[in-house]
Amino acid sequence: MSTTAAAASPVTYLNEKTTVASWLLTKDHKRIGLMYMLTVTLAFVVGAVFAGLIRLELATPAGDLLSSDTYNRVFTAHGVAMVFFVLIPVVPAVLGNFVLPLMLGAKDVAFPKLNLLSWYVFILGMTVTFSAIVMGGVDTGWTFYPPFSTEGSDSNVMLAGVGIFITGFSSILTGLNFMVTIHRMRAPGLTWFRLPLFVWALYATSLIQVLGTPVVAITVLMVALERFAHLGFFDPRLGGDPVLFQHLFWFYSHPAVYIMILPPMGAISEVIACFSRKNIFGYSFVAFSSMAIAVFGFLVWAHHIFVAGISPYSAMVFSFLTYAVAVPSAVKTFNWTATLYRGAIWMRAPMIWVFGFLGLFLVGGLTGLFTASLGIDIHIHDTYFVVAHFHYIMVGGAIMGYFAGLHFWWPKMTGRMYNDTAAKTSAVLVFVGFNLTFFPQFILGYLGMPRRYHMYPPEFQVLNVMSTGGAAILAVGYLLPMIYLTYSFFKGEQAGSNPWMATGLEWTTQSPPLPHNFADQPVVTEGAYEYSKREMKVA
Amino acid sequence: MLSGIPLLPVQASTLAPQVDALYYFIVAVTAFFGILVAILVTAFALKYKDDTGLKVGAPITGSVPLEIGWSLIPFFVAVAIFAWSATIFFQYTRPPENTLEIYSTGKRWMWRFQHLDGQREINTLHVPVGRPVKITFTSEDVLHDLYIPAFRIKADAIPGRYSSIWFEATKTGEYHLFCAEYCGTRHSGMIGTVYVMEPNDYQAWLSNGGVTGGSMQARGEQLFQQLACTTCHLTDGKGRGPSLAGVFGSQVKLTSGQTVIADESYIRESILAPQTKLVDGYQPLMPTFQGLVNEDGVLSLIEYVKSLNGGAGAAQASAAPATAPAQGERR
Repeated sequence: MSTTAAAASPVTYLNEKTTVASWLLTKDHKRIGLMYMLTVTLAFVVGAVFAGLIRLELATPAGDLLSSDTYNRVFTAHGVAMVFFVLIPVVPAVLGNFVLPLMLGAKDVAFPKLNLLSWYVFILGMTVTFSAIVMGGVDTGWTFYPPFSTEGSDSNVMLAGVGIFITGFSSILTGLNFMVTIHRMRAPGLTWFRLPLFVWALYATSLIQVLGTPVVAITVLMVALERFAHLGFFDPRLGGDPVLFQHLFWFYSHPAVYIMILPPMGAISEVIACFSRKNIFGYSFVAFSSMAIAVFGFLVWAHHIFVAGISPYSAMVFSFLTYAVAVPSAVKTFNWTATLYRGAIWMRAPMIWVFGFLGLFLVGGLTGLFTASLGIDIHIHDTYFVVAHFHYIMVGGAIMGYFAGLHFWWPKMTGRMYNDTAAKTSAVLVFVGFNLTFFPQFILGYLGMPRRYHMYPPEFQVLNVMSTGGAAILAVGYLLPMIYLTYSFFKGEQAGSNPWMATGLEWTTQSPPLPHNFADQPVVTEGAYEYSKREMKVA
Repeated sequence: MLSGIPLLPVQASTLAPQVDALYYFIVAVTAFFGILVAILVTAFALKYKDDTGLKVGAPITGSVPLEIGWSLIPFFVAVAIFAWSATIFFQYTRPPENTLEIYSTGKRWMWRFQHLDGQREINTLHVPVGRPVKITFTSEDVLHDLYIPAFRIKADAIPGRYSSIWFEATKTGEYHLFCAEYCGTRHSGMIGTVYVMEPNDYQAWLSNGGVTGGSMQARGEQLFQQLACTTCHLTDGKGRGPSLAGVFGSQVKLTSGQTVIADESYIRESILAPQTKLVDGYQPLMPTFQGLVNEDGVLSLIEYVKSLNGGAGAAQASAAPATAPAQGERR
């Protein structure tokens, strides 16, 4: 291992050029990754402020903080910001952009200019959507169900829709870029079954992005045409069918959940192997489970509309397939657990985030067995049970996984270490705060509290107050990394090229990497996680 | 304070205990797997902890029998839950015979209910205990969802088609009625109360209900005259439109060659968009009554058409059992 690379070579992708133009016109995947990190963090802060407003309002049964109209705009803004501008891009566009070419031993992604274009398209889409929020907001919920979105709402539906339409292309282009990169840019010797599992996860995700996103783009376009030109796609008064929209919307938006969760699952596999100092248990099963989830994920969309008048027989098929897709997720969880067995577990901060991920993802995944059940979903559909379930997956799973990956690759990205204790504290706060916020919502949901309610009957208050209290702890947990990571970026101690003694090509180059990643073309001669063959020594 | 938190909603329908039993089962299954994984992760993390970071783990790469085992076991558990769920689901979709029929319309932001005898109420619903009740409903504007947690039932109210739910209340009392599908500004104000009453009290309520305009059937008949439906739909079948006697629930042959069952949704469509599914042998002469009659009026007209089937049980001779009604019919 190259232990002196960082000291010997002062030129890095960060300091090679430092003008603003050198960033805004960069084709370097690493810089683009960092630019995504800043934009996604901004969207996360916006989404989190709206989440805070929701929790403050719901601390009391009466609608005493916001008006109903404002509340509806607030939860819509929370959902839109978090889903389209945080959860979907956060791991692929930030961590994926940064580490994918490094993991493959490549100089960059296959189409560096297209990669920069993706970021600009993203910025444009985000600007348009956020301007819709700033100019009075949208009150349809992030799901945009017609006929409310086409005829019933007088808010900025169109502007938000156009923004989301534009943003979709950023996602499609990134997916396309990653797929070609994985096919064409692998280092000599890096066969498919030597690929890190994060790469497999990104490949599966890219497949969904390329195949699914156009559908939601077309659907948003149809809403626009109905709103402006009164073409009757969805409004029954114009001869349309409102349930058609729901089919089209969920055909993308259910697989989108896997866009959100597969890449963090991949990051978890990297971190768990490294800090257990072991091969990942059942490598090919974990790899194929990603692909299985990507494929099956396209066949379960109607489980979102069991109570929307679909045929009972199709409901049965979709329920069955939903249970089928639970199996590959269970397989991954068992394999991660088995990876720990007879490992040498090094309790550094990324691993603590992994444990948090495992706990929250477990609850999120298992509660999916309730929502997939036809008999129970009728009762819990559109209640807080569903809200809790998807937050456990999409925030508990995806964001914990992002933080695990971010803490793992941060030394590579910046060349500096962060405060390990602060990072562990943050992980624990997030875990505790998250459970306190969202676990009571399962009970609220089974008790019958519908989601998207500005006011609620007083018997639900105690559980709502717990939830609001938890959100305060959660906020501290999320604020801490912004502080200690920013400090680390400027003042952290030097990381060296491989502070975790990890396998993987990204750790063979200096930290931060050279502008073109590797001084010499790396050659791969073994699988991704041959920790047990290694001689460990401090870098 | 904690003892004051309820964990389950009141069980007040025949389906509620069944849904809750399945819920307990899934709670037990998920708790088992959840705790199993949590214990293993914790145990491994403590047992194999290494503070130096310099040791390496055992050279284990996997085990095919284990992979097969932990794929198949969750799969079979999932299939068992699926099968149990499906049996409950089919009870939701198949109401028993002789349900008490109630009609409802959702509209931003209220629920209107109509009883066959003509009582109308807004955001309250009175029903008798111990008798199956079926509510057929639609929406006048955007999507809504009729949700009664104590009965564990809900279904979306979708403009342009009918949905239905059924329940048999088992306990008298007052229960929440919510709109569960987001519908705009006062979505959270679109709530009401279900009053489950002893049969005698229910009868008393019906007779004190302050009915104006007679039963739904009578209102339907009145509308049928007012809108001049009688001009064409002669009872002897010689009019420009088909006779409506005996039509409800029957198979109707269309000009397209297809046949449809004349259920609530078909009658409604024929009133509001008559050209869409024209009866074989008739000219497309009927104008649309969109805008001339509201959703409540359409429901009364349907109730009148049902009564033309003759016989005392006409109102109950719904096409329902043949068409899986709880979810409404796709067209």
